[in-house]
Amino acid sequence: MADFTSPFWHWFVAIVSLLGILVLFPLLYRNRGNQPSGTLKTMGHVWDGDLEEYNNPLPGWWLNLFAVTLVFGLVYLILYPGLGHFPGVLGWSSKGQYEQEIQAASEQYDPLYQHYASIDIRTLSTHPEALKTGRRLFANYCAACHGSDARGARGFPNLRDSEWLYGGEPEQVYQSILHGRSGVMPAWGPVLGEEGVENVTNYILGLGNREHDGSLAAAGQPQYQQLCVACHQADGSGNQVLGAPNLKDRIWQYGGSKASIRESIANGRHGVMPAHGEFLGEERVHLLSAYVYSLSQEYEQE
Amino acid sequence: MNQPTSYNDRIVKQFAIMTVVWGVAGMLVGVLIAAQLAWPILNFDIPWLTYGRLRPLHTNAVIFAFGGSALFATSYYIVQRTCGVRLVADWLAGFTFWGWQCVILLAAVTLPLGITSSKEYAELEWPIDILITLVWVAYAVVFFGTIMKRKIPHIYVANWFFGGFILTIAVLHVVNSAALPVSLFKSYSAYAGVQDAMVQWWYGHNAVGFFLTAGFLGIMYYFIPKQANRPIYSYRLSVVHFWALVFTYIWAGPHHLHYTALPDWAQSLGMVFSVILLAPSWGGMINGIMTLSGAWEKLRTDPILKFMIVSVSFYGMSTFEGPMMSIKTVNALSHYTDWTIGHVHAGALGWVGFISIGAMYYLIPRLFNRELYSLKLVETHFWVATIGIVLYITAMWVSGVMQGLMWRAINTDGTLTYSFIESVQAMHPYYIVRFLGGFLYLLGMLIMAYNVIRTIWGAPSPAAVADTAQPVH
Repeated sequence: MADFTSPFWHWFVAIVSLLGILVLFPLLYRNRGNQPSGTLKTMGHVWDGDLEEYNNPLPGWWLNLFAVTLVFGLVYLILYPGLGHFPGVLGWSSKGQYEQEIQAASEQYDPLYQHYASIDIRTLSTHPEALKTGRRLFANYCAACHGSDARGARGFPNLRDSEWLYGGEPEQVYQSILHGRSGVMPAWGPVLGEEGVENVTNYILGLGNREHDGSLAAAGQPQYQQLCVACHQADGSGNQVLGAPNLKDRIWQYGGSKASIRESIANGRHGVMPAHGEFLGEERVHLLSAYVYSLSQEYEQE
Repeated sequence: MNQPTSYNDRIVKQFAIMTVVWGVAGMLVGVLIAAQLAWPILNFDIPWLTYGRLRPLHTNAVIFAFGGSALFATSYYIVQRTCGVRLVADWLAGFTFWGWQCVILLAAVTLPLGITSSKEYAELEWPIDILITLVWVAYAVVFFGTIMKRKIPHIYVANWFFGGFILTIAVLHVVNSAALPVSLFKSYSAYAGVQDAMVQWWYGHNAVGFFLTAGFLGIMYYFIPKQANRPIYSYRLSVVHFWALVFTYIWAGPHHLHYTALPDWAQSLGMVFSVILLAPSWGGMINGIMTLSGAWEKLRTDPILKFMIVSVSFYGMSTFEGPMMSIKTVNALSHYTDWTIGHVHAGALGWVGFISIGAMYYLIPRLFNRELYSLKLVETHFWVATIGIVLYITAMWVSGVMQGLMWRAINTDGTLTYSFIESVQAMHPYYIVRFLGGFLYLLGMLIMAYNVIRTIWGAPSPAAVADTAQPVH
């Protein structure tokens, strides 16, 4: 077994453990005994004026309790792993218990998710029972970042609107959850310099028709056209294939204040959506996609 | 050569006073962080006032500052009187006082600054660890040196427990704190992965077993028979439970790592020996409580004795709860929940706190040769603190079991019934009750501080306390 670097340690653990329990039996046995006849006398030692000791026998119930726990320990170590690499006669292991529980759960629940997986996401997103399960999955796996209402937080996109970094079609949502996403905005500060960052910031504010300095924006335009267009497009509408956000709307993943935009340009950003496929499985990701898709559908109906 | 010299009570006085001071300080931090859990706004967005940094400060302050000072004070007091000699090397004893206070102050500065080794109950960084080691070696030299030149051949039972505590803590501290320093304020553990976890909890559980149990049993074995004026119930029981306790405790650490990467065999051994630990622990409780047999009526009138006996009762309760919680199926529910916090505080507030408080009420008037300012205030302290403990631990039991059940509740579709945040929300009322319980306990400690100050400021009363201030000769 990998736990032991040599057979020595197996025997060492097994023998020391057994002795550890067995040595307590004679300790108890030798100290059992009945109340001495006659009046109670102290041991005859006196400390600090008046500290003395009686020598009452060990209470019988206490001795029995002790013996019962010792026997329990021995029996347990025969049944379960404990004595070195002796696996115990029950053959139990924590790994085995885990696998058993996973298998039982999978037998019990998989049919339901297989059923949902056979329905396409768009149809599933109107299925009330499926959405109930989807909401529970969302509450446990997604809410920590996107919020229990799915409205997101700074750095984590709102899933209840119609704007999408990587697209809001069912297949795109499914891909985002299954494989995750990694959105990288490079740091342009070293390239642009402080003045350049300020100019581009003003140009971007101008794209969204927000208050900005016209002359600085004009100075920023060529730099935008040179460095930013590849991802964000000439008009600033972004590119969902890359997850490059639209710069013309009022939605800002990392804050839309002038200072935040300046910060994003100068130092870059890195947004990560973890891949959930491996631990949730495709069927649950399918159901989650239907739930997330239903949220944006609700929004569009409102 | 054997001229009668007086005992070194200066060192006992110093540690006794600091016990009260650090008790108030450590519990104040505890009440603050309890309030932060109920009302997170109290973190004030100031890094060094946040829960994550103050929590280790609280645990270090109550365990090592309050509990440690109580252990130093009582062990120095007891070892002199039960050996009939003055402490060896006054200067070295003085070093243990100033060294230990220095460790506490360094902890109070470094922990809020975020300087930590991140090992629970051993958070202090390596330069402080070295200072702790020096103080501890000095402590061992003073204690065992005094034992060696004792004038009474038999070593009193309290001293066995103090001796076991001092030796084992030395080994635990040195082994667990072994680290590779990379700068003055940062080091990395000498162990990696699951071995680090195992060493950490071998240390962690034996800090409970030897610092917070064996040491405080030493306190119990002196002050209960003294205050009750009765002989110890059973010498034989003390022998059996001492050896069984020190031998069995050292195995119990792995129960902190159930259902983790720790190999199954180690988890099983940790559980088996934790269950076996029940009877040795109760041996101490029986000896404490039964010492009072034939003098039960004293409990009605003596609030100091109430502190001590209720303390031992909490000890019995916690040491029943502990083995139960170490059983894997129980642990699967209780682990990572507030139940653990409730269990720890039944031991900390009930057992460690109360026996220390009782011992200080006994000691301080005798040390300063004064009459206790107010026995009535001791009675008030007792009831305020007891209600505080009951509120605290019941709130944590309910909250913990509820958390455990909420986390494992499963719907018919196999999803978890509750999201994590719902369990946090459900805990809120219990966090408020826990805060109230902790606040009452702190209030009791402030009543004690007032009583102690008035006692020391009072007029000397040589007749008040008939204590043998001279060694036997």
